[in-house]
Amino acid sequence: MQNIHASQVRPPFYRDERVLGVFSQILVVVIVLGLGLFFFNNMITGLREKHSVAITFSFLTQTAGFDIGESLIEYSRERTYLRAFVVGLLNTFQVAVLGIIFATALGILIGVMRLSTNFLVSKIAAVYIDIFRNIPLLVLLIFWAQGVFLKLPRVADAIVLADAFYLSNRGVAIPWGLPTDSWGTYLIVLAAGFIAGAVLAYFLREHGKRTGRMPLVTLWFIVTVAAVGLIGWIVLPQPMTLDVPTLEGFNTQGGKILSQQFMALLSGLIIYTAAFIAEVVRAGIQSVSKGQREAATALGLTAAQTLRLIIFPQALRVIIPPLTSQYLNLTKNSSLAIAIGYPDLFAVAGNTILNQTGREIEMFTMIMGTYLSLSLLTSFLMNIYNRRIRLVER
Amino acid sequence: MTTAAGTPTDRSVLPVTERYTLLGWLRRNLFSDLFNSLLTIVAVASIFIVARLILRWAFNTAEWGVIPANFNLIMRGQYPAIEAWRLWLVIYLLGTTVGLVWRLIVGQFNTTARILVAIPLVLMLIPFFSMGTRLYLMITAVASFAGYFIAGYLPIQHRGRAASYFVMAYLVVMLILLRGAGADDGPMPPVQPILWGGLLLSLLLAFFGITLSFPLGVLLALGRQSKLPAIRVMSVIYIEFIRGVPLISLLFMGQIMLQLFLPDGFPLVDRVLRALVAITLFSAAYTAENVRGGLQSIPRGQYEAAQAVGLSTYQSTIHIILPQALRAVIPVLVGQFISLFKDTTLVALVGIFDLLGIARTIIANPDWLGTQQEVFAVIAVLFWIFSYTMSFASRRLERRLGVGQR
Repeated sequence: MQNIHASQVRPPFYRDERVLGVFSQILVVVIVLGLGLFFFNNMITGLREKHSVAITFSFLTQTAGFDIGESLIEYSRERTYLRAFVVGLLNTFQVAVLGIIFATALGILIGVMRLSTNFLVSKIAAVYIDIFRNIPLLVLLIFWAQGVFLKLPRVADAIVLADAFYLSNRGVAIPWGLPTDSWGTYLIVLAAGFIAGAVLAYFLREHGKRTGRMPLVTLWFIVTVAAVGLIGWIVLPQPMTLDVPTLEGFNTQGGKILSQQFMALLSGLIIYTAAFIAEVVRAGIQSVSKGQREAATALGLTAAQTLRLIIFPQALRVIIPPLTSQYLNLTKNSSLAIAIGYPDLFAVAGNTILNQTGREIEMFTMIMGTYLSLSLLTSFLMNIYNRRIRLVER
Repeated sequence: MTTAAGTPTDRSVLPVTERYTLLGWLRRNLFSDLFNSLLTIVAVASIFIVARLILRWAFNTAEWGVIPANFNLIMRGQYPAIEAWRLWLVIYLLGTTVGLVWRLIVGQFNTTARILVAIPLVLMLIPFFSMGTRLYLMITAVASFAGYFIAGYLPIQHRGRAASYFVMAYLVVMLILLRGAGADDGPMPPVQPILWGGLLLSLLLAFFGITLSFPLGVLLALGRQSKLPAIRVMSVIYIEFIRGVPLISLLFMGQIMLQLFLPDGFPLVDRVLRALVAITLFSAAYTAENVRGGLQSIPRGQYEAAQAVGLSTYQSTIHIILPQALRAVIPVLVGQFISLFKDTTLVALVGIFDLLGIARTIIANPDWLGTQQEVFAVIAVLFWIFSYTMSFASRRLERRLGVGQR
């Protein structure tokens, strides 16, 4: 009889976890690659029948030949498809950035209202959140575009607010700054103000580290920049004049006209996203344990100091990750612009250009690549920020 | 600080009369100091203004005639009126199935059950319903009662398993009834999915979207947590890619490109099915991330214990890890279901007539020009009722499971 040690008994290869692991990986890779190749082949065969060249981006330099309602850069129908794509991209940026700023402001307001000790204020916030979180954004957007902005009076009978804002079914005309000759000089002055503020903030922070009494660095920075900006404004001969729209016949003159589609998209996105941000903010503030507040009070901190030094830094840590995903959602949701006729990236590239050129693969690669890099970039930046403010543990 | 959770008034300090009277409540909650009183006044004023605006619109300006006139369209889209009995049969069977399952799983006729039975009965009160519709609603309520009582007399051993068989049988019967079979002049002619519409289609898309994406999502979540690098990398790429692009681009891609991927001569995939494929692929990535949260909440000891008693990776995943992980994320998954239900409206942009798509055809009808506000208000309220009910139910479920307590 031979003695068999337990360590010598090896499972048969078909029950060895390592062998199984390698084998299953190879199997999955082969299946996925095989399917991918199958789809790709079918696609290339199909495209060959349609176009002379299966996949090419050369059409991007051809003349677009269509107009775009609004654009941040100069554009006309004689420009190329690539230029049209960039116009759409910038429009998406514009709506996303403005939407994020306003939605954050409104969301924080409603989130704080939700936590108010005042019964009515808290209930108003709760009703707002419950209503807008449970209605599809697309329904809200179309309602907003067709049921509200389109139903505004004609330009001739526009609703006028404070003699400067004209609300009509063509959009909203608002006062807008017109730069004069000295605008360039003023920008240099402002830049100098920023540098001065940054230098001051650096020395204040160093001073605070030495003495252990941190001054209000951010406040001093803002005050410095504002002071320099104000002095420059007074000294220089009017760097910018205010262009107030006026009603002339059947149209408004001057100012800046925010189109009906843009306003509908922006306000829909803000109202919808703010409801979600409000919940994020509420959860963040509530996550700070009661003991922290009590400890701060016991140490003799004022209410404002408690909020600034104790509650906020800790709440922020909970708020940032879900807030990031809300920002990303807003950016992705701005692609619903196609439903109300605002020429954003998706409407221009995925609809107009695609229909004109018939280049599905190329356009979808570009669109999805753009959104994907936007998402990855945002999460990357937010991860850096998140790492900076996260809890440092032993 | 009056906002952001100030120190609550200590109840025991207040005189008895102030603790429980209306006046005491008012003082504590609305007029505790000057700032609070000002807030209250502003709040009352804004509530008054908004309420007056809405009530005036609802009772004076709005032309509600458009809703009864298009009610069938809103409910079932272009589904042929002559085949409507099949939809009613689907609803009766739904009532019966809910009754059966309720008896098998919950076991008692509690408040929630009463509310469920009351729904068709309350709907009977809607003023513009015909007598026939009311009768059918009554039959639905009776059918659910019947299901509940029949289940009491069935000789059933494994209640849970029986309930899932009933649900699966119902789904099969439902699809057969909706889709139809046989000749065009037969008793149950086929109805192409593109004709399904309105609320019917919105609910179906959401339901099948989540059911089909669930297994895929669980697989992806397990893949992302796997120790095997090739599988992990592929899962991460899929999840991050899908989560990085808007649903609308996937829907368009599904409509335009799905057919391109399939071999030459493959039969044309139905528009609705193409949308369902896009929704499923989209939803799976989000399910995966939610399930991953549950998987990460399982303590390492569970894995180690499973290994110690000699379970294989497969066995421990199926019997130990997944049951716990999935229970932990039920509320999150309900939340995802709600957002998927809302997201199904996007199919209206690719030429499918779900609730929103139907609404857009109604306001484009020359007979009903200028009724955007009324139609969209009703659509929004319909969506709101469904989503809010689900989120309310999920909050109660969350409390019962004690998920938020840990």
